[in-house]
Amino acid sequence: MALMRITSPHAHSPGDTGDVMRQVIFATIPGLIALSYFFGPGSLMNVIMASFTAVVCEAAVMKLRRRPIAFYLNDYSAVVTGVLLGLALPPYCPWWIVAVGTASAILVAKHLYGGMGYNPFNPAMVGYVVVLISFPVEMTQWAAPRTALTEGQSLLGPLAALQTIWLDAAIDGYTGATPLDVFKQNNSQLVQHLYATEPVFASGRWAGAGWEWANIGFLLGGAYLLYRRIFTWHAPVATLTVLIVLSTLFYDGGSSTSGGSPLLHLLSGGTMLGAFFIVTDPVTSAVSNRGRLIYGAGVGALIYIIRTWGNYPDAVAFAVLLMNFAAPFIDYYTLPRTYGHEKPRRATETEE
Amino acid sequence: MRKTWDIPGGVHPPENKSQSLQQPLGEVGLPAELVLPLNQHIGAAAEPVVAVGDHVLAGQQIAAAIGLVSAPVHASTSGHIVAIEERPIPHPSGMQDLCIVLRPDGKDRWIELEPCENYTQLSHAALLEKIRAAGIAGMGGAGFPTAVKLNPRANYDIDTLIINGTECEPYITADDILMQTSPAEVIAGTRLLAYLLNQPKQVLIGIEDNKPDAIAALERAVAELNDDDCRIEICTFPTKYPSGGEKQLIQILTGREVPSGELPAAVGVISQNVGTAVAAWRAVRYGEPLLSRITTVVGTALATQRNVRVRLGTPIEHVLTQHGFDPQRCPRLVMGGPMMGFTLPSAQVPVIKTTNCILAPSREELPPPPPAQACIRCGLCAEACPASLLPQQLYWYARAEDYERLTAHSLTDCIECGACAYVCPSNIPLVQYYRAAKGTIRQMEIEKEKSDRSRQRFEFRKERVARAEAEKEAKREARKKAAAVAKKKLAAAQAGAQQDSRPSGKQQSGAQPHEGLAGDRQTGAQPDMVAAAMARVQEKQLAPQQQREKLQRAIASAESRLQKAQQRHVEASAEHQGKMQARVREAEVRLADARQKLAALDTATPAPAENADPVAAAIARAQAKMALSPTEKLQGNLTSLQKRLATAREKLAAAEAEGSDTAAALATGVAKLEEKIATVQTELNAAPAQVPGPAAATKTAATDAAAVAIEKAKTRAAAQADMSAEEKLQKQLDSLQHRLQKARLRLEQAEADNDAHIDALRSGVEKLEAKLAQTRAQLEDTASP
Repeated sequence: MALMRITSPHAHSPGDTGDVMRQVIFATIPGLIALSYFFGPGSLMNVIMASFTAVVCEAAVMKLRRRPIAFYLNDYSAVVTGVLLGLALPPYCPWWIVAVGTASAILVAKHLYGGMGYNPFNPAMVGYVVVLISFPVEMTQWAAPRTALTEGQSLLGPLAALQTIWLDAAIDGYTGATPLDVFKQNNSQLVQHLYATEPVFASGRWAGAGWEWANIGFLLGGAYLLYRRIFTWHAPVATLTVLIVLSTLFYDGGSSTSGGSPLLHLLSGGTMLGAFFIVTDPVTSAVSNRGRLIYGAGVGALIYIIRTWGNYPDAVAFAVLLMNFAAPFIDYYTLPRTYGHEKPRRATETEE
Repeated sequence: MRKTWDIPGGVHPPENKSQSLQQPLGEVGLPAELVLPLNQHIGAAAEPVVAVGDHVLAGQQIAAAIGLVSAPVHASTSGHIVAIEERPIPHPSGMQDLCIVLRPDGKDRWIELEPCENYTQLSHAALLEKIRAAGIAGMGGAGFPTAVKLNPRANYDIDTLIINGTECEPYITADDILMQTSPAEVIAGTRLLAYLLNQPKQVLIGIEDNKPDAIAALERAVAELNDDDCRIEICTFPTKYPSGGEKQLIQILTGREVPSGELPAAVGVISQNVGTAVAAWRAVRYGEPLLSRITTVVGTALATQRNVRVRLGTPIEHVLTQHGFDPQRCPRLVMGGPMMGFTLPSAQVPVIKTTNCILAPSREELPPPPPAQACIRCGLCAEACPASLLPQQLYWYARAEDYERLTAHSLTDCIECGACAYVCPSNIPLVQYYRAAKGTIRQMEIEKEKSDRSRQRFEFRKERVARAEAEKEAKREARKKAAAVAKKKLAAAQAGAQQDSRPSGKQQSGAQPHEGLAGDRQTGAQPDMVAAAMARVQEKQLAPQQQREKLQRAIASAESRLQKAQQRHVEASAEHQGKMQARVREAEVRLADARQKLAALDTATPAPAENADPVAAAIARAQAKMALSPTEKLQGNLTSLQKRLATAREKLAAAEAEGSDTAAALATGVAKLEEKIATVQTELNAAPAQVPGPAAATKTAATDAAAVAIEKAKTRAAAQADMSAEEKLQKQLDSLQHRLQKARLRLEQAEADNDAHIDALRSGVEKLEAKLAQTRAQLEDTASP
């Protein structure tokens, strides 16, 4: 029997890319539960639809590229993209928004650039931005949290939800602006008054009913991934730190022109989902730890800047995509100092 | 407890060390055939010194080291050499290489060994030679010849010796069991190596904390030594792969990093494996060459897993069969550990000096790697990398064959430990990409060097041709001018000869025609000659700085002449070869001469800094002179004059011997000096009486004395002139002999140093010999009538 001839190492740690991806999916569960509890089954349906579309798109591309379909689907990367996009989209949004977003993410953002590992931009965020720009009306409607519902209303049941999604049935009264949107549209009201009068704030604790818990859920999931060493702490911690610092700096105690308290910024919108599930996407972020600090800090700063002084109430997707642009540039200047070298090199320095 | 540093990255693969430690150290019997590769180390392969059919004894050298970085090979048992041929050797490439095949006679008879009770009585060189002759090469896996490593370049200040007992690879326990079973030898070897490195400040034995038995055994051995001078420290640190890498261990124990591209000696560290230390100790103490080593035989495809002492050259198959090997269960055989070991092409390859482990894993134990998936740049590899590289970027650029970026990302600093590939969730064989890229980069560097060299050659040639052309042109011009001048001179000389045909009887009695000529000139142009001599003397007394400059100029001109001559020699057609060669030699001799003079001057004159202010020095001297009493002054004068006379005489003799034109002038100079000395002497004689007296009296006395001296000098000059030809020749002969002796001495020295000027010197000696013979013949001629 011929002996196998392969190079070292012969031992391999347990776990593969599929494991990593499954862990990421698993870690979204607390956030998903919070969303479902406060906003009904919309998010879950989004996630299922988006994942399905993602897998179909991925399989189609693999077929076109004549690659083994099962092998590539097995890395779960398409599912992760679908799940993250599904979580980011508004619950009960029409099905075609989910489909268009997911297809853009997988086909355009991922596979047109070479597929897994070669995409310069985060696919989920590309998909999100495509639908956000294309269908702004649908995208800015968010279901009202259960605590903010008016008397006699209750959360949509699964059937009603399906109707809404597939038949585009009107659900007036069930949707409204997000807390960040509300905060942005604030006209000459002190923050304190705003919090007292707006139902989404009034029925919540710190940053809008439902939103705060969803964000806490994603924070928990992120902590789990950190614990499992799926990614390093550098990028998310940098993002959150910069966000806290900037929001503290520009928070004037609650005037009508206030930028919002740190807690509002941390626990509202897509902050935690972005910080732990999007910013940490290894493919599109910086490669070194130092680079990730800078990358993460950039995302944090952009989130605050766009939220406070830009046109969009939430800004995670734009901030991430902008920093995706910058990642190769950051990499150029942040090579780690290699053993035996006095100082770090530049990425193009062949001489020292 | 000693402070240890942590290394970045690292991984914790399952250790799998207990399997092979359940049983005591075993032995492997004699195989039917021993296969001893000629290259079991880093460096040049050894060269066989036995022939097929020879009978050899255990420990007999069968292949000798070639060059400095090499190691000899010894017969590991007694028997017959049955073949010297290509066999598969344990090498990652699976290649075949020259091996000496030995069929054991079963008697295992040894050569006479040369033990050494007290190695401190031997010189370092002798000890290193013993280690070198024992064929010891690094036994941790790399196989660098130990004697070379123990003899670091003199500009490295070695303050730390590290004995590497880390053994961080999973499965391997060969060093562990060695430390457990012969701790005393480990310590003795460590002390030997420390002695060889002139007792470095720190002597550290580094062991991972997963080997408590080995640590305890070594600590006991150190305690039993009961020696306060023993500075060996047993250092333990947390288990982490790859702590045992040389650079990593240095970082863990000293906090120092070996600069990229340098040796550990650059940071004052020499590290050796524990096995190497023991082998070196046995080589010195018992005179034992490296014939066997401890190897871990492990893997679930074996019935018995343990450590064995096995003779070098034993086929792996022989070892495996003795351990209940099931080939059906074993898809691959690995030599070394699962992280850095390499797969073997067949079980026929032999155990060599670097074989620390034979791993026969079952399929379940080390399953075949699944197909690689796409890199998601998750960065787990970067976190695992002990060299702080970015493996994901290296992989990216290696696939793109972007070698510049690979260099910029310090690919060469990768130690190929495999930690990145171990953690890679996409199962990418990263190390394989790096090895391939490294190979390509090396290849490209070699090619670049080659093309650079040929370009340089071409440029030099172009330049040379152009220069030669210009020179030819210049020479043509010069010849034209010289011819014109010579014509003029010839005319003048003819006129002069007619005027000065009056012979000078005394001088012409000399045997040499030159003498006659010189005499002619002396009578005709004596004042000029004297002036010239004076000028020369003054010149000699010029500041040494000027002299040096002059000599350097002379050297430069001689060098250029030599270069030209060599060039012409090369270019000249075959018929002119002889002539040109002579010219080259001449130029070489001149150059050597000038160099010698410069060297002499350099040694003779004080450093320039000291005579930075010659004026001040001169003033000081003059003041000192003023302070002297007249007698002392005169005395000083006298000695200095005598000294000058001595040198002048020497020169005169030399000039005469050579038949130089300047002989006459020098003779005049000598006469003058003698005159002066006589004057001073009389002055001195008169001085004691005159000291208190007025200066005028001294002057009168001096005048008188001068008259006397003149008389004396005249007689002496007459005597010298009257010196018979025979005497003169004798003198010449003596001086020639003296010179010849000197020249021979120099030639010998040059031969010993393999100097570039050997030819020139040799021709010089030949010339001198010829001259000597000639002079002798002349002398006999003159003496016989």
